[in-house]
Amino acid sequence: MHYHSYDAVIVGAGGAGLRAAIEVAGKVRTAVITKLYPTRSHTGAAQGGMCAALANVEEDYWEWHAFDTVKGSDYLGDQPAIDIMCREAIDAVIDLEHFGMPFSRTPEGRIDQRRFGGHTRNHGEAPVRRSCYAADRTGHMILQTLYQQCVAREVNFFNEFQVFDVLFDESSGQRRAAGVVAYELATGDLHVFVSKGVLFATGGYGKVFRISSNAHTLTGDGQGVLYRRGIPMQDLEFYQFHPTGIYGFGILLSEAARGEGGILRNGLGERFMERVAPTVKDLAPRDMVSRAIHAEIREGRGAGPDKDFVYLDLTHLPPEQIDAKLPDITDFARTYLGIEPKTQPIPIQPTAHYAMGGIPTNVEGEVILDDKGTVVPGLYAAGECACVSVHGANRLGTNSLLDIVVFGRRGGRAMADYVKSVDHPEIAKGAEAEIRDRIERFKAANGGEKVPAIRSELQQTMTENASVVRTAESLRAAHAKIDELTERYQSISIDDKGEVFNYDLVEAMELSHLLDLAKGLVIAAEARQESRGAHWRDDFPTRDDVNWMKHSLAHREDDGSVRLEFKPVIGGRYQPMERKY
Amino acid sequence: MTMTAQPQSPATAHEPKVTVHLKIKRYNPEVDTRPHWEEYEVQMSPGDRVLDALHQVKWTIDGTLSFRRSCAHGVCGSDAVVINGQNMLACVNLIRNVGTHLTIEPIRGLPVIKDLVVDMEPFFAQYRSVLPYLIAHDDPGYKERVQSPEDRERFDDTTKCILCACCTTSCPVYWANDSYVGPAAIVNAHRFIFDSRDQATAERLDILNQKSGVWRCRTAFNCTEACPRGISVTKSIEEVKRAILYDRV
Repeated sequence: MHYHSYDAVIVGAGGAGLRAAIEVAGKVRTAVITKLYPTRSHTGAAQGGMCAALANVEEDYWEWHAFDTVKGSDYLGDQPAIDIMCREAIDAVIDLEHFGMPFSRTPEGRIDQRRFGGHTRNHGEAPVRRSCYAADRTGHMILQTLYQQCVAREVNFFNEFQVFDVLFDESSGQRRAAGVVAYELATGDLHVFVSKGVLFATGGYGKVFRISSNAHTLTGDGQGVLYRRGIPMQDLEFYQFHPTGIYGFGILLSEAARGEGGILRNGLGERFMERVAPTVKDLAPRDMVSRAIHAEIREGRGAGPDKDFVYLDLTHLPPEQIDAKLPDITDFARTYLGIEPKTQPIPIQPTAHYAMGGIPTNVEGEVILDDKGTVVPGLYAAGECACVSVHGANRLGTNSLLDIVVFGRRGGRAMADYVKSVDHPEIAKGAEAEIRDRIERFKAANGGEKVPAIRSELQQTMTENASVVRTAESLRAAHAKIDELTERYQSISIDDKGEVFNYDLVEAMELSHLLDLAKGLVIAAEARQESRGAHWRDDFPTRDDVNWMKHSLAHREDDGSVRLEFKPVIGGRYQPMERKY
Repeated sequence: MTMTAQPQSPATAHEPKVTVHLKIKRYNPEVDTRPHWEEYEVQMSPGDRVLDALHQVKWTIDGTLSFRRSCAHGVCGSDAVVINGQNMLACVNLIRNVGTHLTIEPIRGLPVIKDLVVDMEPFFAQYRSVLPYLIAHDDPGYKERVQSPEDRERFDDTTKCILCACCTTSCPVYWANDSYVGPAAIVNAHRFIFDSRDQATAERLDILNQKSGVWRCRTAFNCTEACPRGISVTKSIEEVKRAILYDRV
């Protein structure tokens, strides 16, 4: 048993965690706890870019960016938060450049910008060049740059430590953050980190789905840990499916491919997005494109022997442009499908990509509990695991990289200020006991159920029943399956009883987060009887602003059941309109 | 990382499965005194990744097998292993390309902790030793620094590094002498030495001019062959050597 005492603990070392660390380290005693080496984080898989109205290549204003984000969110995003993100985007890009980020450049040497889905000039007139990028590995470059800055600042990392629990101090009558319990992968030891501030930046939970662009490690750990300790999850029903995942693998092919002029074609060779979004065509937002692909396949116009995919066609682009702007994703097509994208169209299908919902926070990254904005002092969240909410019902491409740097920075700053103003928290003796018991139980159990089987059945039912298109019936099926799997989870046993790099145990813990979040997602989706953004109900195919212009908050009760609450959307300059592109 | 022979039909799911024989070097420090080989057979599609075959072993035969992995498509750098004698990422190599008889062992030159998991700390310590971050003393104010596309292109290749350690742990000099900073650290120094915005070239060249630096390189080219990102690693080391010799970049 090891005890550590810090002013601030950051959980997760992707873009949001590292950006927060840069703000906090050097000001207060800080530890960054991460289950992966920081450079393994999934921020590194982001490809296309990060939007900011720099206007380096054409006229643009942050207000136009805000409008696109509000409209893209299908009016579920909170407008004050969206204003902050789009205004501070410009600063955030300049910051990254000063940190050494190797952006692609214009002939004049300025940061180059390109088109991206849903980003338009003057409130929808035409696509605009707003995305700042570094070839098609923008996320890799951001992750490397932020990690480099953490190395320069000698940030204190606990690599390959996995957080299994959060601690609160309730001695003053009000609950405040007090630290975390972490499991050291190399030794199997438990560590208690007592800390005045805790910021969660643990990324998404895309591994609830079978076809997913997400890393194996994206299992919603931060959300899962907080959810079990009484923190609600906001807007779980809104999960984004990226239109262009590599067929069969789900590996992401960036929207930048369409930003550079790529075209989607069905099995007949037809450019079907012309019918769906006459103005912006293939650069419509992701929810609309994914649904359009789904419709093509459902109506028998898919390609291949099973007619279950469509094509991303780059063959008309100059080969030099492909090599300069899309080198990595074209390599993915060669590696995984044996396709040469310069001469052959690439088979694609929608892939689970991004959680719009998560840990509810205000614009300072403080975790909030209810519709009154009640904060849990000292507890923060940023990035994909959080829900500010800037993405509402559908995130625009590039706004995730923006979200992590803007709200990673804001959360870090707020936490650094907060911890200077409070005393050290008190924690009860044996704070790690519950986790120790759980670990021992896993190792002692000899039930017949296996983690990989339960996880695979969960992923199957979620992809079949709770993805691009949903109905009451499909969601009921998913709900029943999750309940069954949760029951079976009680009887799992693991093969590895050891202490050193016991990933068997880790996967068992992670699966509990996936099951909890999947259940919250499905229950929120069953409740929401409308279609908005990424949440499409075939049985309720229109948006219902009268009844459903509100965020959901799912509370996990101690018996595992889910209680839903709702809170209003925070409006602003832009009134809801029909969403056409 | 590309290996295009005949364009394949994407319908890999329709290909018949093949039996894949894996011979994996196992070591559990809590039980074993030394590493030993274990053999497994799994049914895989030719279009599956080697990583999928490792998962198949772990998830259906023996849950005690430990290996690192995350993104599963060659961008996170977690799953560098030695496959049939070559350093590779298990997630960017398909069964149809590497064959159905696979010998898999941990990357060499770093201490093995368990099975395919090695201690990465020495590797990252060497990375940190070359000051792998932009050092610029001027104040650019509230605007971006200007960098021409040509200047940006100068270091583009070495920005691709994902720190997987395939290069460093394929280097015979590194196996023999672990004080050598190794190819990956030099690649990451190169990324800043040739960045027109950086102002610490002299410091980095001094570090790499030491006994542990670039002069240990014997241009075996193993590193370049091993790099899953296609970086011309040996060339970047040569460029750093020339920068030291001629005192300019």
